[in-house]
Amino acid sequence: MNVPTMAEMMAQGKQPEVLFWVGCAGSFDDRAKKITKAFVKLLNKANVEFAVLGTEESCTGDPAKRAGNEFLFQMQAMTNIEVLNAYEVKKIVTACPHCFNTLKNEYPELGGIYEVVHHTELLKSLLDEGRITIEGGKFKGKRITFHDPCYLGRANDVYEAPRDLIKKLDVELVEMKRCKTNGLCCGAGGAQMFKEPEKGTKDINVERTEDAIEVQPNIIATGCPFCNTMMIDGIKATDKEQEIEVLDIAELIANAEDL
Amino acid sequence: MNYIGTIAFAILLIAGIGFFVKNIKKIYRNIQLGKTINRKDHPAQRWKNMGMIALGQSKMVKRPIAGILHIIVYVGFIIINIEVLEIIIDGLFGTHRAFTFLGSFYHFLIASFEILAFLVLISVIVFWIRRMIVRIPRFWNKEMKGFPKNDALYILYFEMVLMSLFLIMNATDVPFQQNNAGNPISQFLVPFFENNFNAGTLFYIERTAWWLHIAGILVFLNYLYYSKHLHILLAFPNTYFASLNPKGQFNNLEAVTNEVKMMMDPNVDPFAAAPEGAEEEMPEKFGASDVMDLNRIQLLNAYTCTECGRCTSSCPANQTGKELSPRAIMMKTRDRLEEVGKNIDKNGTYKDDGKQLLNDYITPEEIWACTSCNACVEECPVNIDPLSIIIDMRRYLVMEQSAASQELNIMMTNIENNGAPWQYNQMDRLNWKDE
Repeated sequence: MNVPTMAEMMAQGKQPEVLFWVGCAGSFDDRAKKITKAFVKLLNKANVEFAVLGTEESCTGDPAKRAGNEFLFQMQAMTNIEVLNAYEVKKIVTACPHCFNTLKNEYPELGGIYEVVHHTELLKSLLDEGRITIEGGKFKGKRITFHDPCYLGRANDVYEAPRDLIKKLDVELVEMKRCKTNGLCCGAGGAQMFKEPEKGTKDINVERTEDAIEVQPNIIATGCPFCNTMMIDGIKATDKEQEIEVLDIAELIANAEDL
Repeated sequence: MNYIGTIAFAILLIAGIGFFVKNIKKIYRNIQLGKTINRKDHPAQRWKNMGMIALGQSKMVKRPIAGILHIIVYVGFIIINIEVLEIIIDGLFGTHRAFTFLGSFYHFLIASFEILAFLVLISVIVFWIRRMIVRIPRFWNKEMKGFPKNDALYILYFEMVLMSLFLIMNATDVPFQQNNAGNPISQFLVPFFENNFNAGTLFYIERTAWWLHIAGILVFLNYLYYSKHLHILLAFPNTYFASLNPKGQFNNLEAVTNEVKMMMDPNVDPFAAAPEGAEEEMPEKFGASDVMDLNRIQLLNAYTCTECGRCTSSCPANQTGKELSPRAIMMKTRDRLEEVGKNIDKNGTYKDDGKQLLNDYITPEEIWACTSCNACVEECPVNIDPLSIIIDMRRYLVMEQSAASQELNIMMTNIENNGAPWQYNQMDRLNWKDE
């Protein structure tokens, strides 16, 4: 696996095509690290010249902002923007819709203006340009449902790129009754990931997992490390671990060809 | 006799409209209590949104049954109001059916009013059945007890009565029926009236229906101010001024930016004396704890909300039994704003009443249950944004009161110390590469 850092690139006098913003989950969470690696394998395979910030990356500030701590958010944002601007970053890709939304929508006003794409969007354009091919492989004929991450779908109107990629896998894409603009949250957004839910009658991730179970998929596809965690927990809570797998779209594509 | 009628009509009309204008001014004043916000950019896009969403009802049909019924009532309401123009002319000049000179076009108009009135009547009855017999859950959430529930029913009864009066008025208008044109619906009521009443009584029934119809419209107009029904007017400015940014984009707090820039600037002297006059300046309050801290569009949102509950029925927190209901956020904001308005009416300016929107109306438990998923914003047929109010209140809780939960404080401390919401060292960020 080839993962150059921006610092290394700069030392060689090179500017990468795109910066891969790994994000905190993608860097530290054991489950999300697999998504990160799957995506890197795809980038390597497509010969995309990319780089990561590595130890120079820091939280975008998304959970702080959603929790109401605008101070902390802006401190994070301005520090990150200094780093990104120093490297003259033009284009950023990330596998986390929360990082995606924050970098794309909330950094410009603080001086960080970049072209920001979600990893499913980048993969889709690589596919369209013929730089990668997608084949069903071991997923051929499986039933897959896609859970729309709120910060990708409703927040930024990206609904089709992930679906276009799934369809290329020669699988049966089945939609949950609540999907796209009507998609139900997994329960992790708005800093909920880091706290216990308020008192209620049910956990949101279980409610959402039941939506998925209803369409009897073999796989629940996600495009967000937090949704991924929530759906896996939901599958465990409903005792469906043997029947249903939760995979990120990058993992689906990479695993299909055993990368 | 005729003069008395004309004078009575003029008084009724002036009082009805005058009182309405007075209340509209009050709403305008109350909205001005909010902070200014620039929502005048991209006028072309804004007009388009207003045209599509308010005028064209594009978001209503996302739920097709309610949406189509609503469009019937809405179109009926607008078209039948042409008839009101004739009623006003007749009332002021003592004429009868002043537009008759339009000939066959007049009959075409009245015929379409009758058909619409009939369809509106049916739709409103279906609305009532959905609410009271089918008991669609979003009409029965806990915030829909008492006045909010009755308010919805009063509106339906009003519309039933107004439409019935219009049809009765036409059915008992003997010369109009003798003409036998423009009466596709009312003609079926004629036998009932002719069999039971003589010509003299019919005349009085017609006059009574006519007077009650116009009086009812004026009463309804004035009821708007007290009711959730204001949306028929405010949906237009509300959709015009709604945010055009991606839904995921939360606004940037300018005041914070200035402070953060200063903190990060190595050239700033932390011991420097404050510039002349700076002490007089009150530091800006972060976030919102009361209606005056919200912006004017958020307050307009509160007046526009018609309590349909689509937001609440799509809210993941509400569906899983949490206290949060986005509709209740809007209703409570309006209730508090009304309270502040009455306070000003009484005292000239706002006199501290020891209450706030936060805690006295909206609890922190509601505020913290939100996942910021934007389902409520997406659902609202008139582009109300309950999420922005929730976030502004979180900002107040966190930045003014340090009242976040222990877990959130740990998350924020981690971000501050090691650049991630969990306790991992920033220097380990690339370790995954070699694992």
